[in-house]
Amino acid sequence: MAETKPKPKPKIKKEAMEMPKQEPEVRVKNFNEVALGYSEEQALEEATRCLQCVKPQCVAGCPVEVPIPEFIKCIKEKKYAEGIAAIKSKNALPAVCGRVCPQEEQCQVKCVLGKIGEPVSIGRLERYLADWEREHGIQIPEKAKPTGGKVAVVGAGPAGLTAAADLIKLGHEVTMFEALHLPGGVLIYGIPEFRLPKEIVRKEVDYIEKLGVDLRLGNLVGRINTIPELMKSGYDAVFIGSGAGLPMFMGIPGENLGGIYSANEFLIRVNLMKGYNFPEYDTPLRLGKHVVVIGGGNVAMDCARCSMRLGAEVCLLYRRSRDELPARHEEIENAEEEGLICKFLAAPLKFIGNEKGWVKAMECQCMELGPPDASGRRRPIPIKGSEFTMEVDTVIIAIGQTPNPIIQRTTEGLLADPRRGTITVDENGKTSLDGVYAGGDVATGAATVISAMGMGKKAAKAMHKYLMNKK
Amino acid sequence: MYKIVSKKSLAHKETLFEVEAPDIAAKAKAGQFVIVVPHEKGERVPLTICGYDANKGTVSFAFHEVGKTTKQMGCFNEGDCLLNVTGPLGNPSDIKRVGKVLCVGGSIMIAPMLLQIKAMKEAGNHVTTVLGCRSKDFLFMEEEAKALSDKVYVASDDGSIGYKGLDFLKDLLKTEKFDHCVVLGPVVMMRDVSEITKPYGIPTIVTVTPIMVDGMGMCGVCRVTVAGKMKFGCIDGPEFDGHQIDFDQLIQRQRLMLPEERLSSMLWEMHKENEGGCKCGRNKA
Repeated sequence: MAETKPKPKPKIKKEAMEMPKQEPEVRVKNFNEVALGYSEEQALEEATRCLQCVKPQCVAGCPVEVPIPEFIKCIKEKKYAEGIAAIKSKNALPAVCGRVCPQEEQCQVKCVLGKIGEPVSIGRLERYLADWEREHGIQIPEKAKPTGGKVAVVGAGPAGLTAAADLIKLGHEVTMFEALHLPGGVLIYGIPEFRLPKEIVRKEVDYIEKLGVDLRLGNLVGRINTIPELMKSGYDAVFIGSGAGLPMFMGIPGENLGGIYSANEFLIRVNLMKGYNFPEYDTPLRLGKHVVVIGGGNVAMDCARCSMRLGAEVCLLYRRSRDELPARHEEIENAEEEGLICKFLAAPLKFIGNEKGWVKAMECQCMELGPPDASGRRRPIPIKGSEFTMEVDTVIIAIGQTPNPIIQRTTEGLLADPRRGTITVDENGKTSLDGVYAGGDVATGAATVISAMGMGKKAAKAMHKYLMNKK
Repeated sequence: MYKIVSKKSLAHKETLFEVEAPDIAAKAKAGQFVIVVPHEKGERVPLTICGYDANKGTVSFAFHEVGKTTKQMGCFNEGDCLLNVTGPLGNPSDIKRVGKVLCVGGSIMIAPMLLQIKAMKEAGNHVTTVLGCRSKDFLFMEEEAKALSDKVYVASDDGSIGYKGLDFLKDLLKTEKFDHCVVLGPVVMMRDVSEITKPYGIPTIVTVTPIMVDGMGMCGVCRVTVAGKMKFGCIDGPEFDGHQIDFDQLIQRQRLMLPEERLSSMLWEMHKENEGGCKCGRNKA
């Protein structure tokens, strides 16, 4: 009679499969990737935890609407090629997203398993498939018939790469202009090797190029061609994804002393120019023994973790408390495991230099938290008489970036927010100029890789409509 | 890849490259600069544009072989390729008719100065040029300067050619009136000239060449203080008011990476010796 009895449902494991990682004491001495990725067994086991909901909430949480249950089902059935194809139908950069997306705030926070235990590790599974594909040869999907539409994409970062991939798949001709000598934007100059190996970025860009996108490196739009010149020279539409490249400084005395880096400078030297391999690579990086990173976002964590790998003792100085830290929880945990010391509720007042013009100390002030400000976080209020001095030989200022002004300054009629420097767009990424769209940090101010990709995607959709109507 | 179509030795260890870069050539203007990445492991080096030819599709820039990268670039020959040349960067010079212009160019910056002189002349100005150099072996382009300017003075640090030092300018300004002054050269020279012109109220524009990495506003290492405000050499400059800029800070900031630069340069020299001649790994066309 046993055959007719319904099989008892297998009990779902409440805990997610752990991701193997390099041990903190080992990884803090190298720049190799920290998270090592699932094995096939681990991926299969984690995939079985997915309930395959009829109305999947996770998809709604994803800015680019990756068909999550579908690709997880493919893993379960070991149909890896189909799985990665499902992801790539929506997301051109899965190896990147699987590593750096804040899944805990997006897809995974919506997972129903989260109510009884830990949500499915969607990001880790996405990464598994992307890594599987890289090992087994990347497939180039079929493109739509050529439409005759010609598009310029400005900036080869997450927003631009996504928009370019979508537009070329829809049959438009795409040229991508990148100002730096390597493509990838923040993926190549900002996010460190140990979180996102540059080899992976290179492969993802290769894929975009194999789709047929014409990539022009070292081509700064606004200086070589302005946006109106591009439109005049035969492009039917332009997508601006030039990012948030301009570093913010604090405007306090001593900020121009030696040993004070903007997060951007520090990260560009380390990541883009491979300064950690100086003198094999020519770009130097001078780092003292005592590094203070000012700020509390993901960029601050990246700076801190790079500095520790370069042998420094690192202290993070944040003006609010631990609860307000904007960085991903996982990054804070990783950084603290590696030896990061956090000093909360304090901010610098001025930097003090030695006779050679190099920073030697920092005068700070303690803070307390007042009522919430416009950002919804509790506002830090200085405590009078709480000043103290800290000895320090390197400071990294990671308090944010604003958009690079070159395009805004050289494009007449392009509406921008005078205060934030962002290009003004509607919900589809359309700017004040006909046929000109923008997305990513240049439109939102500094945000995440995936939100930039989401905007690139939305804009591509709107641009497709615009191009098809124009004919 | 950016092919070097001609290489010219200007003086001892001072070299001029003309490079195929049609996009840049079509847009370049006097006062702007390029960022050169010589090879895959190389630095991003900012170099002021010395000339451009939109028809030929070439742009030229000069460098003094002083650190590893410039010494290595000195080993590149005609036909070799640079990995990347990005530009034109920075704001073009504000060239207009102002009357009598004093153009002071020093050491390697004499080369881009000639482009300024040409533009100033074309705008209808009367141009007096001063060429400054360390000693007579380092003077170049004197004939070109003479052909372009109304009057040319030469000065050297050691007095081996022309005036000794720039003090003669003080006398010159007593007798001649100038409406505008442009200075391109070592920071110390730009500071000295700015101090000389200040009492006469001659608007003086200097071109800064601070340390840069990206050269397009991203890193902020090129920050300078002008009239008490923070400016970026790359996107707000490279030209600033010589009477408002904090030269001492600029000098200090230019020396930020000196120990590293020396190490890199020394290792390069050793490497070259061990290898028996130049093996700079330059990119063949």
